[in-house]
Amino acid sequence: MGKIELQNITYVYGKGAPYEIKALDDVSLTFEEGKIIGLIGHTGSGKSTLVQLLNGLIRPDAGKVLLDGKDIWQEPKKIRDVRFKVGLVMQYPEYQLFDETVWKDIAFGPRNMGMSDEEVKKAVTEAASFAGVKEKHFNKSPFDLSGGQKRRAALAGVIAMRPSVLVLDEPAAGLDPGARRRILTRIKDYQRQSGTTVIIVSHSMEDMAMYCDSVVVMNHGKVTMTGTPAQVFSRADELIAQGLDVPAITKVARALKDEGVDIGLDIYTVNFAAHRLFGGDGIEG
Amino acid sequence: MSAIIKAEHLSFAYQGDEDTAPVQALKDVSFEIEEGSFVAILGHNGCGKSTLAKLLCMILSPDEGRLYINGRDMTAENIEEKDVYDARRRVGMVFQNPDNQLVATIVEEDVAFGCENLGIPSEKIRRRVDEALETVGMTKYARHATHRLSGGQKQRIAIAGVLAMRRKCIIFDESTAMLDPGGRKEVMDTICRLNREEGITVIHITHYMNEATMADRVLVMNEGSVIMDGTPSEVFSRADELWAAGLDVPQTTELLWKMKEAGYNVRLDIFDPEECAMEIARAISEKR
Repeated sequence: MGKIELQNITYVYGKGAPYEIKALDDVSLTFEEGKIIGLIGHTGSGKSTLVQLLNGLIRPDAGKVLLDGKDIWQEPKKIRDVRFKVGLVMQYPEYQLFDETVWKDIAFGPRNMGMSDEEVKKAVTEAASFAGVKEKHFNKSPFDLSGGQKRRAALAGVIAMRPSVLVLDEPAAGLDPGARRRILTRIKDYQRQSGTTVIIVSHSMEDMAMYCDSVVVMNHGKVTMTGTPAQVFSRADELIAQGLDVPAITKVARALKDEGVDIGLDIYTVNFAAHRLFGGDGIEG
Repeated sequence: MSAIIKAEHLSFAYQGDEDTAPVQALKDVSFEIEEGSFVAILGHNGCGKSTLAKLLCMILSPDEGRLYINGRDMTAENIEEKDVYDARRRVGMVFQNPDNQLVATIVEEDVAFGCENLGIPSEKIRRRVDEALETVGMTKYARHATHRLSGGQKQRIAIAGVLAMRRKCIIFDESTAMLDPGGRKEVMDTICRLNREEGITVIHITHYMNEATMADRVLVMNEGSVIMDGTPSEVFSRADELWAAGLDVPQTTELLWKMKEAGYNVRLDIFDPEECAMEIARAISEKR
């Protein structure tokens, strides 16, 4: 469960208007089941449009979105069920907290799904523990939490619906390096334990390199590259031409080759570079 | 060179309500910022960076300590409102979210907004807006709609608005945090140029270590205090302390650090990937 496939998707904003923009242009793509997939591309490349298509917030002008082999728009009236299966954590989700207590906020999704009180309790407790929301905060107002706590509570609210696909738009934006690492590690642990397909949209090439199993690159409404971080980041020139970047360590590896020390161009984490250089620390990710 | 900002033992606490204790956001912070310098401020979330920024542009006033702007004591008992306004006109701020700081629908109107509020005659505003747009490289977008710009372009418009008000010092509070790599580069290039060519004093708060390497000086904050103050080379070569403060070092430094621990004789204060590669190649051949 949790396989999403896009078939020849086209999406146009302002159709027929003078400012008509083709945000997605005949995109076909399969998100592998049970993996963490990174989606990168400069602002306006079509990432957010693609993300909104995945859980049926918007409907493609052409093409199909298949969830576990089934067209999500086959029965438009049942699109709500798709939204329970494909959980979307938007950018800065802490601004979407609204309920009186943290508990109620996390329970909002499961209740809407029609879970029994027992089930809701279980779902909320599990989700809170995955996301790192402490029990002592359950009865607090979400507005009394710190920024990082709020973000984890918002994440728990989506995880509580036990989606088979979890989509996160910039989950670490605005966090300091320590907090970034903590939230991304939690997401990775959650993915490993639950087997959920996780799709992360991010502008941080370093984070994508560290945490993703594969990377999808978008530019001008099309998918331009897919592959493992090693495969994608070894094509540095193409990425830079598309307004993106490669991790600094990848640049070091390229420069090293010019210096006559060839450790390969498929380097994307510091540990990996250290390992190739002198066998230190092993390979991560 | 004189100090445009001088902080002496600044402390600030956010007052709690009945059930919560006050939060001490800044504790005894002292430093000077030279006119025309480029200072980066690092620190994990909640370490007091933004509180400090708000004190420096006088949105908040300190509980204790003295703050001098251009040599004038803003915390003096007998300070007049006129002096505070005057000082505020020296320090401007650019915020994190590009969508939260544009007020007009057309680029040039947005850049002019601050000046209009200052009551500057319109022909002067025209000139200032044109100059400011030129400086940030957005002249050809003058008549464009603000909502159609990219994140990096929006931030450059926000910078132009501050420039048009003739601020001598600009505080960037994580102004690159929400941008894609291309937008980040656009904004950083603009910031560096303002500093070098226009002599604007820059205070750049960021979570991106590589951006801090572009500054003349780096201040590291933790738990409301300044724990490190030095050039990027000095600060980043103390990687273990930065890690302990919940921060990071640039990847180049991290790799060199690992090499050093593995027994290679390398410098740690290198941020440019090519220089880093040269240093590694040198150390490897030295060891052979």
